[in-house]
Order: sequence, then structure tokens, then C-alpha cells
Amino acid sequence: MTVQDAPPLTLQIELSGSWLPVCEIARLTPGRGMAALLPGGRQAAVFLDRAGTAYAIGNRDPFTGAQVLSRGLLGSADGRPFVASPLLKQRFDLATGRCLDDDGVSVPVYAVRRV
Amino acid sequence: MTTPTIVLVGHGMVGQHFLEALAERGVTGRARVVVLCEEPRPAYDRVRLTSYFSGRTPDELSLVEDGFLARHGIELHLDDPAEHIDRAARTVTSRSGRTFPYDSLVLATGSHPFVPPVPGRDAEGCFVYRTIEDLLAIEEYAKTSRTGVVVGGGLLGLEAAGALKGLGLDTHIVEFAPRLMPVQVDDGGGAALLRTIEDMGLTVHTGTGTREIVADGPAVTGMHLSDGSSLAADLVVFSAGVRPRDRLARDTGLAVGERGGIAVDAHCRTSDPDVYAIGECALAADGRVYGLVAPGYEMAKTVADVLAGEASGSVFTGADTSTKLKLLGVDVASFGDAHGTADGCLDVVYSDSRSGVYKKLVVAADGALLGGVLVGDAASYGMLRPLTGSVPPVPPEQLVLPAGTGAPAALGPSALPDEAVVCSCHNVTKAQIRAHTTLPEVKKCTRAGTGCGSCVQVIGRLLPGAADQGLCGCFSYTRSELYEIARTLGLATYAELLDSHGREEARGGDGCEICKPAVGSILAGLGGGYILDGEQGALQDTNDHFLANLQRNGSYSIVPRIPGGEITPGKLIVIGEVARDFGLYTKITGGQRIDMFGARVDQLPAIWTRLVDAGFESGHAYGKSLRTVKSCVGQTWCRYGVQDSVRMAIDLELRYRGLRAPHKLKSAVSGCARECAEAQSKDFGVIATAHGWNLYVGGNGGATPRHADLLAQDLSDAELVRLIDRFLMFYIRTADRLERTSVWLERLEGGLGHLRDVVVHDRLGLCGELEAMMARHVAGYRDEWAETLDDPDRLRRFVSFVNAPGAPDPSVRFVPEREQIKPDLTVLTPEGTPAR
Ligand code: SRM
Ligand SMILES: Cc1cc2nc3c(=O)[nH]c(=O)nc-3n(C[C@H](O)[C@H](O)[C@H](O)COP(=O)(O)OP(=O)(O)OC[C@H]3O[C@@H](n4cnc5c(N)ncnc54)[C@H](O)[C@@H]3O)c2cc1C
Ligand code: SF4
Ligand code: FES
Repeated sequence: MTVQDAPPLTLQIELSGSWLPVCEIARLTPGRGMAALLPGGRQAAVFLDRAGTAYAIGNRDPFTGAQVLSRGLLGSADGRPFVASPLLKQRFDLATGRCLDDDGVSVPVYAVRRV
Repeated sequence: MTTPTIVLVGHGMVGQHFLEALAERGVTGRARVVVLCEEPRPAYDRVRLTSYFSGRTPDELSLVEDGFLARHGIELHLDDPAEHIDRAARTVTSRSGRTFPYDSLVLATGSHPFVPPVPGRDAEGCFVYRTIEDLLAIEEYAKTSRTGVVVGGGLLGLEAAGALKGLGLDTHIVEFAPRLMPVQVDDGGGAALLRTIEDMGLTVHTGTGTREIVADGPAVTGMHLSDGSSLAADLVVFSAGVRPRDRLARDTGLAVGERGGIAVDAHCRTSDPDVYAIGECALAADGRVYGLVAPGYEMAKTVADVLAGEASGSVFTGADTSTKLKLLGVDVASFGDAHGTADGCLDVVYSDSRSGVYKKLVVAADGALLGGVLVGDAASYGMLRPLTGSVPPVPPEQLVLPAGTGAPAALGPSALPDEAVVCSCHNVTKAQIRAHTTLPEVKKCTRAGTGCGSCVQVIGRLLPGAADQGLCGCFSYTRSELYEIARTLGLATYAELLDSHGREEARGGDGCEICKPAVGSILAGLGGGYILDGEQGALQDTNDHFLANLQRNGSYSIVPRIPGGEITPGKLIVIGEVARDFGLYTKITGGQRIDMFGARVDQLPAIWTRLVDAGFESGHAYGKSLRTVKSCVGQTWCRYGVQDSVRMAIDLELRYRGLRAPHKLKSAVSGCARECAEAQSKDFGVIATAHGWNLYVGGNGGATPRHADLLAQDLSDAELVRLIDRFLMFYIRTADRLERTSVWLERLEGGLGHLRDVVVHDRLGLCGELEAMMARHVAGYRDEWAETLDDPDRLRRFVSFVNAPGAPDPSVRFVPEREQIKPDLTVLTPEGTPAR
């Protein structure tokens, strides 16, 4: 059953226990990301993978300090989605934030939900 | 239990490697480590010293990763050399008067350049070539000099001569031996080297020594040579070899060699068991002083093993002195028994004085490869060196003949035995490399490939993926195969291609950052159309995604097309106004156009609205597509010009703009054979003749420059365009991902002859189709920026934040420099996780 005028689905990310609305899901293209400004000036990168699953990680590329991870390309390795930094191409697991090319490095991960 | 103290004297290349080896073994966690460094800066890459002159900054040369010393609690004292060792008290005293007690002392003092004791050698304008400070001084002095002389024609002498030449000096080399690089190459190699170096405009004097430096007042003005002749010189660089810095050791009574060097055993211990010496200051157990960095690294590891208490630690008893270098742009390599000193050995020699290529292999009576010398073309070095000591699987003459002379393809690395040392900088064997699957993993785990880099190509070919020609982990097909699949099956989306032709395990997944842009380019080339619509938008690399080039701080640069480099004053003023109004940094690029840097992503539409209104369009600086067609001013103005090169350049640039290709495409048109537009360094270059145009293809600047090959001569305008159409489309159909035309042409079976057969003589009957494809491209071209601005939907992506569309990104900030802006990098590393 489809409801005619259902309100658009919104993506929210969790920040210390509360949920911050970010944007309508429809704003995101599968396979790409967008940056979101968080309270206090931090930045998150939100993504949809091909299957439509949403993810959010820190936007800051730890290798360069630039706030650019939202502009990287998505891919999957061993069935797990990752984003490749657009600057020097290191890959980060979207679910855990771990850098796939350097064990010592990771980025923050945020929980997401659609409402 | 008290913490033991390790004192390291000398923070050079080997010293730093030693510290890293200590940290890796956990020793820094349980010992206090103190480093005394004579130079005013931490360890840097001395091997790449000369790259300072090609723009690498002293900071970029640093070998010490940010935070490394602090993380491991290492105390570094800059500008404070050790002056005295008291072995009885077990202390070291530094020049500033501080005294440091030690439990273990490691000397890594390197060497100092040897200056022959000729009269006048202290005159102003005489230099050595060893430290960054030396280079800074040479650079400053060269500003007021015209003629430079390098004393010594060895490896470093040639490097110094190249630097002087690069500084604009009329440069001479004086070498006492009868040939250049006497240690590494033989007479034949020396002759090939000499010819090439003289062709570059340097003057070489071999077989003669320096007798006296002549000065007028304090400053050098010339020199007298031992053959009775004289040279004028404003600047002299001594590069006559190095001597180990063993004074500290001598003064404290440690054993040193007759000809210098601190004597050590196989564990790099000196005659005092608590004192070690490593690197160029050490006289190794085999009685040699090694002047190369790789053996020094081995010694560093040996001592780190000892101090870590690793019982089965390594020992250092000698090392391979094979070298591969690029000196003055000439590849020179020598390995193994290069001079053929073994009994009964034979030489296999290939020599071509036209191209300056000389190759010699030394082979034992039983056919085993003993060593060799390669000058002018050292591509096979990475393969040959590890084969030393074994009988190569193909006859040696096939190993020296140049590619494409009818010799069967030279053997690949699969022929190497498992124990062959592939990376000599870090002593890593084929078997150790084969234990890994990717290059980053190999580098991380074995460090192979992180030294001089000359082994990287061979490593790539040894990894499991290498036999698999597939594009990436998602596709087992090559780019050109995928092109044909998409074309013949009419597949129009990435998802279709991945799910029907991807590797089993990749189907249904998200693909990866390698195949997505490659397939995006294939689809754009086949289908045309706006590249950012629908799924295609998600395939493009970030630069294509925003139709601009991402810079290091997250801002973008903007390059409008300026066809042929020709621009009206009115348009120049528009660029100036736009840059001024948006506060952008402007620079003339190497491609005869103007780049504006420092735009935030949310500013791009407003900037482009102004540019498009003034008649500009995208310059595709972001795309794997046509960049620029450079031109010289040509017949219209130049007294030598024989054709209108500017018009032709503009015509070609407008014809091929927007064409998506496996890699970027560059072109140039020169109005006569003087070649002011450098057409022969381009993917397709055109040079005017009295009767028409000559077309050159497969040229490249960049990291591996290649001169283009002449494909056809004296073409009319129409013939020229038709031939370029065919050439480009054939390249686009058959090249691999990120393969420039130069590399593609080298790889193409049958080479230039085959290319000519296909695109000139139409032997495959393809030309009609190739021309039709290009005609479709030309007819379908539309400016991507104009199309983007016309569509509010497409504009929605140009925001810094999806949840705050108007807000600028606070991390994109700038500071002033030379009356313009530059990125403020300090805002990029806020507290918390430090940037690496
Ligand atoms: C802006 C410019 C330097 C400048 O200030 O002059 C430049 C800047 C970049 N070059 Fe270049 N190259 C520029 C002229 C050149 C030239 C000279 C020329 O074109 O005449 C060369 C040598 C010629 C050649 O390509 O054969 C050149 C050889 C390279 C290479 C090496 C290519 C190779 O085959 O080895 C790369 C790396 C690559 O493409 O993989 C590169 C890559 C780059 C990139 C794209 C690196 C990157 O990914 O960030 C730079 C980004 C540009 C930007 O952000 O706007 N750039 N680059 C020049 C832009 C020209 C233009 O108007 O489009
Ligand atoms: C221009 C150039 C190009 C080269 N190219 C190559 C190449 O292509 N391949 C290759 O293998 N090798 C090359 N080399 C040689 C290579 O740089 C050396 O082998 C390597 O640097 C040796 O390392 P080291 O630590 O023993 O000595 P160094 O790197 O010289 O370091 C010794 C350090 O100790 C310091 N020191 C000396 N005495 C004291 C003291 N009493 N107290 C405190 N500090 C002291 C010195 O100031 C110096 O900083 C090149 C050298 C030069 C100059
Ligand atoms: S290439 Fe020839 S025509 Fe063009 S500017 Fe140079 S000299 Fe003049
Ligand atoms: S041989 Fe120098 S890095 Fe491998």
C-alpha cells in the first residue's frame, strides 16, 4: 500500500543521545555523500549506498585535515561499504570508520535513522 | 631498575632509520633515547637533495614524520654536535657544553665531502654538495655567477652539475679519470654518458685534474688544470668523493681503518662493546665503507636488533652496491660485477650512439649473469639485478636489445627465483613480496618500494593481481574490453555492467573508486549527454562531480577554456574582475590559460554565472578529457612562421573539447620547426611545414617524458583533422584506464607501424566507424557549466552543507601571501586527532 501524501522521509543522525535531522533522504544520491554542519562547528558526512542504506561518519579526512570525506566515491570491499577520500584516496569503512589502508587511523561514526 | 640511555650522534638518513627501527622493536618504550644533531634541522632525504632545485622544499625533504619523536619520547638536540666522548665515564659532551651519560652509544656521523688540497680552495665561491645549507648557499651565490665548474665527474658530481645547469650557469665538469662515473660504469658506458651530457650543453674535461683555484681578491675567478689549460669560473663545487667522519672515534681511541672509517664487527660494534657505528662513517666487517644509503639501513637494523635483545638478530657483513640513478635526465644503472673482474667472464654489449643507449651484461662461462651496466635505458634494471648469480631463462642478447627491435618480449618477473632480492633498499625478496596482495600492503609490511622507488614496477608485476589484467577488484575485464562490451551490448548504466559483467563477488555491490570513474568515462564517451545526470553523477570523480578541481584545503580551482591560449583584453579583464570580486588566487598555468583558486563549493555557480555570461566555458581541467591545445603565435606575427598555428590550435581545441578519454589529452600546434609550442611533448602535436602540417603522436611531459613520434607529414587541414579523429578514437577504444597515449603507444603490439596501418592505411577497416564516432562527439558537445546553471535541480549539489545551504564551510580559510591568498592550513588540524 502506498500513501498518497506521505511526508518525505528525513535522515537523522545521533549526537550524544539526541537525534539531529539532517535532510530529506531524497537529497542524497546513492553512491555519493553530502556534508552536514553539526552544532559546535563539527562536520559529518552522510551517504547512501546503492541499496539505499544510510551512513554517517566524520567529514574530516584525517590524512590531510580537510573536511572533504563527503565528496569521496563509495565502493564496497568484501561486502562492506567504504568511501575513498577525494584527496589522497585512502578508504574508510562506513560502518566502523576504520581506515582500510592504515590500521592506526579511523574517523568517528554516527548512528543514523530515517523518520 | 633504572632506564638505560641510548645516545645517537648524528641525525642523518641512517640515524633516523635507526630511530624508526628502535621504535618498531619497542625499545623507545623502555629506554631513554637522546639524539645529537649537528645540522639545524632534523633528518632529511639526502638522496633526493637535488630535488630542492626542482621545487621540493626543505620541509618536504624531511624524513621525520610529524609527531614521530614526541610519540616515542625521543629527545632531539638540533644544532648541537657531539664534541667529545669519554668512554671511561660513559658520557658524551656536546658543543653547547651539555654532558649526556650513555649505556649504549651509536655513531651515525656520515661523511664529509673531500676537498682536494689545491691552493686557493678556500676562496669565496667554492662549495661542497652535501647538506641543505650547502644548496641554499650555492643557490644564493649562483644569482651573481655565470660560469660554474664541478670538480669530480662521479655520481654526485654529475648531480651537482645538473643543479648548476638548472640554475642557469654555463657548466663545466672536470674529472681526473678518463671517463665519467668511473666507479659505476665502464668505458663504453662512460662514452654514451659523455655524449648525452655534452648534447645537453655541458662541457666535460676528463683525464685532467684541478691544479689551482684562481681568485681575484676573495672571490674565485677560475682554475688551472693539470693539463696546462685554464677555465674561467665564478662558482666551484668540489665533489671529489667523501671521507667517513670518524674524528670523534679517533679522539677517544676507538679502532679506525687505515683509510678512515670506524671499524665495526658484524653487529656494527666498534672496539668498545658499548659503542656502535652505522652508515657512512662505519668501516664494515668486510673492510669496506659503504657510500650508499641501503647498506646503512641494514646496519641500523642490525644495531636495533642488538639493543632490542633479539637473539637471532641480523648481522651486517656486506651489501650490494647496485645503483640506478637518473642523472641529468639520463638513466644510469650498474649492478653486480659491472666491470667483469671474474675469471673467464664474457660481455654482451649493445650500444647505439645515436640514442645514447649503452648496455652491457657480464656473463660467466656457465651462462650465469654476473652484473652489468645500463646507460640511457635502464628500464630492465629492476629485472636484471635480482637475476644476478643465476642463469637467465632467455639468452642474454635478448636482454639487452631494445624493445620493439624484433627481439621477443624480455622476460618478466615471474622468471625470478623466490630468494631474488627485488628491493635492495630494504632487502626484500620476491618470496616476501609474494606474501602480500597489494602494493600498499607490501609497502606497509616490508617497506619495499619506500626507498629509492626503483623496484616499484617489478613489485607491481609480482603481486597476485598482476597476472589478472582486470580493471580492479570488481571487473576482470580491462578498460578496453569493457568499452567493447558496453558498446556492442548497448549497456548504458554502471549497475547493469557491474551486475552482468562484474566479478561474481562484486555483482550487486557498490563497485569501487577505481572502476566507477573509468566506466563513467566509457559511458560518457559512448552515450554523450550531461555527465552528472542520474547514475552517471555518482560515478564521476570528485572533480568531475563539481566540475572543478579540489584543492588541499577542500576549496576548488576554476579553469575556463581559453582555446589556443588566445584571449581578448575584454575577456582577460572579466577574469580579473571575477577573481577580484570573489577574492580568488590567480595563476597563469603551464597550459596557456588562467587558473583561479580558492573558491568554496557554494560559490562555484555564482562564479560560473559571471564567466558564462562573458562567453567562457568549462576548460575541463577536472576531467580525463582534452585539456589545452597550446599554440605559438605563428605565421600571422612571427617572422619564421609558415602556417597559422593559432587558428589551427583553436580549431582543434574546439573540435575535441569535452571528449572523455582514458586519461587527459594534451595538444599543441607550432608554426614552424622551431617548435615554440612544444608540440612534440603532447599526446598529439602538430608542426607546420611549408606544405602543410606534420602530425606527431604519443608525446608526454610529466613524470616520464616521451618525445612524440611522427605519424604523417605534410597533411592538408582536412587530412590533419581526419587523422587526429581516427587516432583519438582508436586510442579511446583500446587504451587502459589512466593510460596516456605515450604509454599506450609503447604497449601497442606492433607499435607505431601498427598504428599507422590502422589509422592511415585503414588495414582493419575501422576508420569509417572511428570518424563517425568523432562526428557524433563534435555534434553532441555542450558546455557542462552552461547546462548546469540552466537547471535548478543540478545546482542543488553546490552547497557546503546539506542542512545549512547558505552557510560557508568554516574550515576553508585563507591567509595572505604575495598580495593574494593561500590556504590557511592551520585551521585544518583542530585539537583532537592530529593530521598525519
Ligand atoms: C594548474 C597546472 C599547474 C600550473 O599552475 O601551471 C597543473 C595542475 C595539476 N596538474 Fe598538471 N598542471 C598543469 C600543467 C601540466 C603540464 C604542462 C602542460 O600541460 O603543458 C604537464 C606536463 C605535460 C603532460 O601532461 O604531458 C602536467 C603534468 C601533470 C601530470 C603528469 C602526467 C603524466 O602523464 O605523467 C599529472 C598527474 C596525472 O594527471 O596523473 C598532473 C596533475 C595535475 C593536477 C590535476 C593534480 C591534482 O590531481 O590535483 C593539478 C590540479 C590542477 C588544479 O587543481 O587546477 N599534471 N601538468 C597546469 C594546468 C594546465 C592547464 O591549463 O590545464
Ligand atoms: C646529493 C647526494 C645524492 C645522493 N644520492 C644517493 C643515491 O642516489 N643513492 C644512495 O644510496 N645514496 C646516495 N647518496 C648518499 C646518501 O645520502 C648517504 O649514503 C646517506 O645519507 C648516509 O647516511 P648517514 O646517516 O650515514 O650520513 P648522513 O646522512 O650524512 O648523516 C650524518 C649526520 O651526522 C651529522 N654529524 C656528523 N658529525 C656529528 C657530530 N659530531 N655530532 C652530531 N651530528 C654529527 C651530520 O651533520 C649529518 O647530519 C647521496 C648523497 C648526496 C649528498
Ligand atoms: S614555432 Fe616558429 S612560428 Fe612559432 S613562434 Fe616559434 S619560431 Fe615563430
Ligand atoms: S630498491 Fe629502492 S625502494 Fe626498493
